[in-house]
Amino acid sequence: MAIANGVSTVADHTDTESSSTVSTTTRPEVRNVSEVSLSTTAQTADSPDDSAPTVYDIEDLGVYYGDFKAVRDATLTIRQHEITAFIGPSGCGKTTVLRCLNRMNDFIDTARVEGTVLYHGVDLYDPKVNSTEVRRRIGMVFQKPNPFPKSIYDNVAYGPRIAGMKKKSELDGVVEKALRGAALWDEVHNRLDASGMSLSGGQQQRLCIARAIAVDPEVILMDEPCSSLDPIATSRIEELMQEIKREYTIVIVTHNMQQAARVSDRTAFFITEINKESDRRTGVLVEFNPTEKIFSNPDDERTEQYVTGRFG
Amino acid sequence: MALATPALGGRTAGDVVRANLTKSQRDVPGLLALIALLTSVLVTILVLFTLIGTILVDAVPFLRDRGGSFVTRTIGSNPDVIGLWPGLYGSFIIGLGVIVIAFPLGIAAAVYLEEYAKPTRFTRFVQINIRNLAGVPAVVYGVLGFTIFAGWLGGLTGGKTVIAAALTLAVLVLPIVMITSMEAIRAVPQGIRDAGYGVGASRWETIRDHVLSYAAPGILTGTVLSLARALGEAAPLIVVGALAGGVGLLPETSLDGKFTALPMLIYGWSGQPTDADNRWQFSNSAAAASVILLALVLFFNFAAILLRNRYERTRTGS
Repeated sequence: MAIANGVSTVADHTDTESSSTVSTTTRPEVRNVSEVSLSTTAQTADSPDDSAPTVYDIEDLGVYYGDFKAVRDATLTIRQHEITAFIGPSGCGKTTVLRCLNRMNDFIDTARVEGTVLYHGVDLYDPKVNSTEVRRRIGMVFQKPNPFPKSIYDNVAYGPRIAGMKKKSELDGVVEKALRGAALWDEVHNRLDASGMSLSGGQQQRLCIARAIAVDPEVILMDEPCSSLDPIATSRIEELMQEIKREYTIVIVTHNMQQAARVSDRTAFFITEINKESDRRTGVLVEFNPTEKIFSNPDDERTEQYVTGRFG
Repeated sequence: MALATPALGGRTAGDVVRANLTKSQRDVPGLLALIALLTSVLVTILVLFTLIGTILVDAVPFLRDRGGSFVTRTIGSNPDVIGLWPGLYGSFIIGLGVIVIAFPLGIAAAVYLEEYAKPTRFTRFVQINIRNLAGVPAVVYGVLGFTIFAGWLGGLTGGKTVIAAALTLAVLVLPIVMITSMEAIRAVPQGIRDAGYGVGASRWETIRDHVLSYAAPGILTGTVLSLARALGEAAPLIVVGALAGGVGLLPETSLDGKFTALPMLIYGWSGQPTDADNRWQFSNSAAAASVILLALVLFFNFAAILLRNRYERTRTGS
């Protein structure tokens, strides 16, 4: 196995984004850093704790777009203060499953969900459940940094404001705490009135993380949060994930297997099944295990092939 | 390598390359295209400047001589003493009607069709028909206004009044406001909506706080263009019963009486015969009214550009 076993942080990496010390390609560089941090921090190299409280119990989840079944039979458990990664080839439904976890799929007219998504034992798709309340407690960070075209301050303050926080002093405190939490405060504290769009890509994504944690959610869903960022910005986000997982539960979709190996405690591997008659692709959950196991000794042969780069 | 091979008749590779690279300077089709494009621009500019030039030649001495009295006085039969005040008043009420009725109605309908309506056959049917409505000639809207606003709803509007005219023109520009607003809303990136939903904003909060502010520059451009269009239309006003500013007819500056508007005065005055006894002719007052109408429209367009730039600055963060 080329990839180090579930090594966690890139904590030695404290360069700012503007520095240009890392210019080699991601893969060897990252392996290097991983080896270094293996000796210093071994946070997630341990097996994750199976007694950690459950946040999500997902059973036989299937998602349809119209009459097309995008995902079938996804069953997995997501635990508190862990980072759960969804990996798999394009079109395997990992983003679709992620968007079921805070009912973002509600906004796609044709989307329909079957099976159960229990969040602390409550069925998220119960008709009595208010989906806006769900999204307030389960925040989301997207593939492309998408700050509002407003000031940095207003970006972060927006969530608390619509949740009813009006006092300027309270908002100031929340904004500072969230920006510090997202490791952005030092870079922006003297220009909170500047537009969020004026930041660099990596800063924008950290602003989006600050915006998500400003409403103090329990879970943060991340949909390929680093796919549009350079390696340095990526390592800062990964570092940040390790820091905030003490307070939040994180689910991350990633195309990048090394990223899953570096940051996550557990990994769900999805593949695409092609129906020969209709030529339609349905995502299937193949294996859900501790990340260490997925990358060293997976149960399923297809997982092994994928993580060793032989298919997908 | 190939270039450096011998058998070049004593010339060096550099000579050959130079000969090849400097062979022909002429790109004839490209040149012709450039000439055609440039001619088109020149013709357009020429037409515009001729128009403005002829108007100014008639209008400037007249406006200099008459000064503010041309704005404040009412219409009549002698160009030496008349003014366009009733026209300005009528155009103001029409503009107000468009802003108060067509803007909110058109933007609200656009938000519904883009953000809420499911893509059913009915929605598509409605959208196609809005596009068709935008292409209906103005005079047909005049007939509509005459029948509905001056006729059926005459009890409310007072018949052939400036209110009926304002309603007619509001309806005339409604499809334009809707189409431009829908296009502006459609251009809002999905990421902005996702971001709103992601922090727990409801659909309405997301639209109100993010979609509309992102779409604002586009919506603004469309609404101001439609306002300019409404201020310039004469045909529907003729049908609804605006007075043309001719001899002896005296519209009032009231909501429930006879009325006129700037394009109607231009239309009416342009058709008047010359009278050698007067210092000034109706052609002068028509040109002067045109200048004032143009200035109004330019003012609105300029305001729209300023507002749009302001919104776009916050959008791009520069």
